[in-house]
Amino acid sequence: MSSSRQFLLGMRDTIPMLVGAVPFGIVYGTLAVASGLSVAATLAMSLLVFAGSAQFVAASLVASGTSLTVILLTTLIVNLRHLLYSASLLPFVRHLPQRWRAPLAFWLTDESFAVVHRHYLLDDSPVERKHWYFLGSCLAMYSLWFACTLIGVLLGQALPSLGDWGLDFAMIATFIGIVVPLLRNRPMIVAALVASAVAVAAHGLPYKLGLMLAALLGVCAGVISQRLAERGKPAQEEAA
Amino acid sequence: MSSFEIGLILGMAIITFAIRYTLFAVGHRVRFSPLVVQALTYVPVAVLSAIVVPVMLMPEGEGLQLSLHNHYLVGGVAAILIAARWRNLLATIAGGILCFFLWRWFYG
Repeated sequence: MSSSRQFLLGMRDTIPMLVGAVPFGIVYGTLAVASGLSVAATLAMSLLVFAGSAQFVAASLVASGTSLTVILLTTLIVNLRHLLYSASLLPFVRHLPQRWRAPLAFWLTDESFAVVHRHYLLDDSPVERKHWYFLGSCLAMYSLWFACTLIGVLLGQALPSLGDWGLDFAMIATFIGIVVPLLRNRPMIVAALVASAVAVAAHGLPYKLGLMLAALLGVCAGVISQRLAERGKPAQEEAA
Repeated sequence: MSSFEIGLILGMAIITFAIRYTLFAVGHRVRFSPLVVQALTYVPVAVLSAIVVPVMLMPEGEGLQLSLHNHYLVGGVAAILIAARWRNLLATIAGGILCFFLWRWFYG
């Protein structure tokens, strides 16, 4: 398959992901401006950071007057999952020169990872041209994300009172839409419940430390609960 | 842009790119310990839950508001039910926001 066909195929296969990203991007643009970020900063974030959930979280933290250090630390935690994505894709891109690897890494998102990883695993065509598919998926996401941010910003400016409408709830609904489908097993549910409970209980702590503490304890609870479940299984089989 | 915003965007850009690029740059096959892989899979769920639930339960920023007058709670529960039933991001966002606004319209 030619490079351009791979590129177009990557774009086409990303379309379902784009459908979900459109409202996300528009709401981010609107919300970030309502949170007190300037238009330039809102657009620059989509252009230079390009990480939807981290951008949302940062905007909500800016709105509540959080310090820069805490926002950056939260960004680190929220984006750590990309380490797993890059580890999973590494075997397929390590033959590429750095001028390919660096931009592909910059554009690596949840959505493109899901589409591209599947393509590398399932498609039988030789690996040599598949980075064009990767690139197509990334550029589709990137251009759409920026366009939707811009639409959101313009919408927010056209309707200045939009910030009072409770649009911050759109972020809550978006995060719920991301989290709930992930709650497929008991350890995931335990992690979510523990993180929620700690976040509520530790809400009064300064510097948003409650969020960090909740995330940390939620992760620990998930890991412990998974380990307990795995330890329980062989014992049950023996008993049966 | 203010200096705070420049610091914010540059800092976030560098951190995010470093996370995404480090392994690609090094190029060696990396084996994480199973514990690290396990822990990383729980990060998104833990972080996002820790952001969402306090807003739902105490939208004013302090004190639990476990009442039907709390439209963040009602809208959030509606979004959770929609997400659990259809597992569709778009339906969750649209349905959740609709419930939120309707509830606020009637009971706000």
